[in-house]
Amino acid sequence: MERQHCVHPYIPNSVNDVKQEMLREIGAKDSEELYAEMIPERLRLRKRMSLPDALPSELDLRRHVERILTKNKTCSEHVSFLGGGCWQHFVPAVCDEIARRAEFLTAYSGEYTSDLGRFQSFFEFQSMIGELVGMEVACLTTYDWGAAAGNAIRMASRINGRRKVLVPEAISPSRLAILRNFAQPVQMPSHIKLETVKYDPETGMMNLDDLQRKASSRTACVYFENPSYLGVIEANGNAISEIVHDRGAECVVGVDPISLGVLAPPSDYGADIICGDVQPLGVHMNCGGGLGGFIASRDEMKYVGEYPTHLISIAQTQREGEYGFGYCRYDRTSYIAREKAKDWVGTGTALWTIAAANYLALMGPQGMKEVGEAILQKSHYAAKRLAEIRGVRILFPTFFKEFVVNFDKAKKSVPSVNKALLRQGAFGGKDLTNEFPELGRSALYAVTEVHSRDAIDRLVEAMRRVI
Amino acid sequence: MSGGPRLRRYHAPVWSEPVIMELGRKGERGVIVPEVEKEVSRAVGKAASLVPAKMRRREPPKLPELSQPQVLRHYLRLSQENLGMELNLDFGEGTCTMKYSPKVNEELARLVSEIHPLQDEDTIQGILEVLHRFGRVFLKAISGMDEFCFQPGGGSEAVFAIACMMRKYHELNGEVEQRNEIITTIFSHPCDAAVPATAGFRIVTLYPDEKTGRPSTEALRAAVSKHTAGMMITNPEDTGIFNPEIDEWTKIVHEAGGLCGYDQANANALLGVTRAREAGFDMCFFNLHKTFGSPHGSDGPACGAIGVRREFAKFLPVPIVVFDGKKYHLDYNRPHSIGKVRDFYGNVQVVLRAYAWAMSMGAEGLREAAEISMINNNYLEKKIAAIRGVSKPLGTKRRLDQIRYSVEKMKEETGIGVVDLNKRVVDYGIQSYFLSHHPWVVPEPFTPEPCETYSKADIDYWAAVLKQISDEAYSNPELVKSAPHQSSISKLDEAALDDSDRWAMTWKAFVRKRKKG
Repeated sequence: MERQHCVHPYIPNSVNDVKQEMLREIGAKDSEELYAEMIPERLRLRKRMSLPDALPSELDLRRHVERILTKNKTCSEHVSFLGGGCWQHFVPAVCDEIARRAEFLTAYSGEYTSDLGRFQSFFEFQSMIGELVGMEVACLTTYDWGAAAGNAIRMASRINGRRKVLVPEAISPSRLAILRNFAQPVQMPSHIKLETVKYDPETGMMNLDDLQRKASSRTACVYFENPSYLGVIEANGNAISEIVHDRGAECVVGVDPISLGVLAPPSDYGADIICGDVQPLGVHMNCGGGLGGFIASRDEMKYVGEYPTHLISIAQTQREGEYGFGYCRYDRTSYIAREKAKDWVGTGTALWTIAAANYLALMGPQGMKEVGEAILQKSHYAAKRLAEIRGVRILFPTFFKEFVVNFDKAKKSVPSVNKALLRQGAFGGKDLTNEFPELGRSALYAVTEVHSRDAIDRLVEAMRRVI
Repeated sequence: MSGGPRLRRYHAPVWSEPVIMELGRKGERGVIVPEVEKEVSRAVGKAASLVPAKMRRREPPKLPELSQPQVLRHYLRLSQENLGMELNLDFGEGTCTMKYSPKVNEELARLVSEIHPLQDEDTIQGILEVLHRFGRVFLKAISGMDEFCFQPGGGSEAVFAIACMMRKYHELNGEVEQRNEIITTIFSHPCDAAVPATAGFRIVTLYPDEKTGRPSTEALRAAVSKHTAGMMITNPEDTGIFNPEIDEWTKIVHEAGGLCGYDQANANALLGVTRAREAGFDMCFFNLHKTFGSPHGSDGPACGAIGVRREFAKFLPVPIVVFDGKKYHLDYNRPHSIGKVRDFYGNVQVVLRAYAWAMSMGAEGLREAAEISMINNNYLEKKIAAIRGVSKPLGTKRRLDQIRYSVEKMKEETGIGVVDLNKRVVDYGIQSYFLSHHPWVVPEPFTPEPCETYSKADIDYWAAVLKQISDEAYSNPELVKSAPHQSSISKLDEAALDDSDRWAMTWKAFVRKRKKG
């Protein structure tokens, strides 16, 4: 193989003299000779990979990547009303400062003796999310809300040995797709049957009659969300959990944690297992790369023993009055038990656990209350103003930060509305037309604390021109 | 190691930082939320009136109340008590490929932080181009696979996607009931067993032959049957041993009617050297937070990037980024897709960093990274061979990117095992080692992986520390037994972690149990 030799700034031993010195010590002529001892000729790539010219100069690389990325538009330069599982919220500078620290950013899986900082941060996150949802156990974050919900329903199924799970019809189709993968196909012996429960067409809340009909002694759990995918505050939490508990099933609630300064914690209305996403808590959207799922429950053996994820426990050390932290019941995890584990744990989203800990510590009880209030008032203001436009309707009246806007009477399709809004510098709401055909030409709008009255008014004016 | 490097004096920062729940005073504020304009409140009324009475929060959450400098100080101190890769010689964390994550890539990754994934395609052409190019140009050349997907948020989730694709394939063939077994090896990552089990499969695990250090091809032949759904393995395994008959293995599985999934989480020594395609695999995945230089983030966010042969592309999670010659699109119209394993498109900021890393390297640089990581590993082996009490089990043959060593002899002779050793190593400012996944087939194991980031001097120093601890074990075992001495913390009462009367995952639980007990 013909190769030019380059010293790369990321590879100290690419200096030829050093490389030769090491090869001499190993007792080999070159790397080819070493590879030949391990990998048979027929499996070795005989040609140079066909790739673009390298950009080892940092400035060249920066220019190249920046040139590509200038083709993006962002929610900082446009005003965005997109949500549906990832939301634009205010990220305090301290969250970024800490999440970018090399000590946290570049650590991985060291022990508490060398990585005390991340262990303590994880424990503090668990403590604070526990306060927020009203539970005594919470875990280190996993991939996203969908994975957390998938883990939660499987926990419930293992706890009571039942294989039927009720989920709301008004669920994010992509979250439901994730749950389907966790539930396995019907031909498999450990398949979990997912059945949807209808929602009330007026309120958007769960249809309790349908729940009564479908919940049975074979139901492992009911899973519902508050607020729901369609933004609706599920006011019947208590009634749902009573029906569920009456059948001896578990009540699993998915929750947007930024709502919990103003909305009741799910533990107040009978939740046994709670899950959700930490992205709203101090993590940038990152084009969907800011998600991180959490799970919480009571401190009972039947729950603790079924978590697949890492649980960080506080403990005393040999030094009087000193705290340390370690993995609780590590034997549950796939790192120990392989296929006999409680599902699996892998590299998750720990950096977001740390960012969220910073966020909750900065916000405190008053900050969480105020942000919840700001979101409620601003989203309702936007909905109210939009509803003033002829041909625009808001479908469900009781919501937190997202609401369904219907354009049937305006005879405009959602994509055409959104294209027109885009020309005026706004990202319109998520199109629901195909996901929920029964809602007609509808879109899901998200309004949070970041939206100023001015930005909302501009959206309304733009919408007026479009309709 | 006379004449070796002189070990420096070290002590980890000790801040004795209280748990944040104990800090602050009532009324302190860390951050002020954007104001709600008067016109807005006038128009909609009080926030509480917008929430049904029974859904209003009655008691505020008992979060700490701190001012901003106090929160920052607390977490800065905690960060100092965390030994990030960039601060130390971190290659004791083998199977993790603790390589340098270039700073410029962090700055570039911030350029996508304020993008919403559901923006109109026209407004995310830049990031879609990065996703497409990284797959169809770089990973294609590296793996020989045809189509790529970045949705999985880590290596294990990539295994989940692969297991679901295998399931779908057999489902379409009407064989998913019959083909219910996935074959793996004990030295493959535990997720290769645990994750397919979650996907509904039974797991068949192959154990190594003592002479070769890997399972024999005969063992695989005996394991396949009409129940075989597929195989999910690493190569090289955790031991650093490359299976030279890997193409024969994939043939055997294919002939039995199964599919072959390649866990390439640790592909660092293979870049430009050998590929999944020539080895006969149908599907593979790479950990972009390992081999491709995206930082590990204290345990994520990460990306398990999947590559598949053309005939399996229809099973990939949706959406897939496609290019029509002018524009990039998100293709959701894939009726045989397994759907989704994670919301949206995965951790795209991780893919962006990997793209920037690979662009900086180019074909020569990638191959150089592979060669140097392999040379570093073999060089380290020479240094370790001279250290008392440490051995290299499972055959004498050469290893690729890492080696699973054993201090069984040291334990027999001094009472110091690898768990003790691992508590002592941090006293020298070296990150604790990754020992081994379970079960410990190799007794008293540890698994260094000195990837291309580390200089010869780094490797010499790291080995000198191990040598020093070995000397201590033989001369003053109590010193090692009672470690750590220079850490941020002393030894933990680990029994409490598994005791339901004492474990506490939250401060609230801790306070309750402390009162009781």
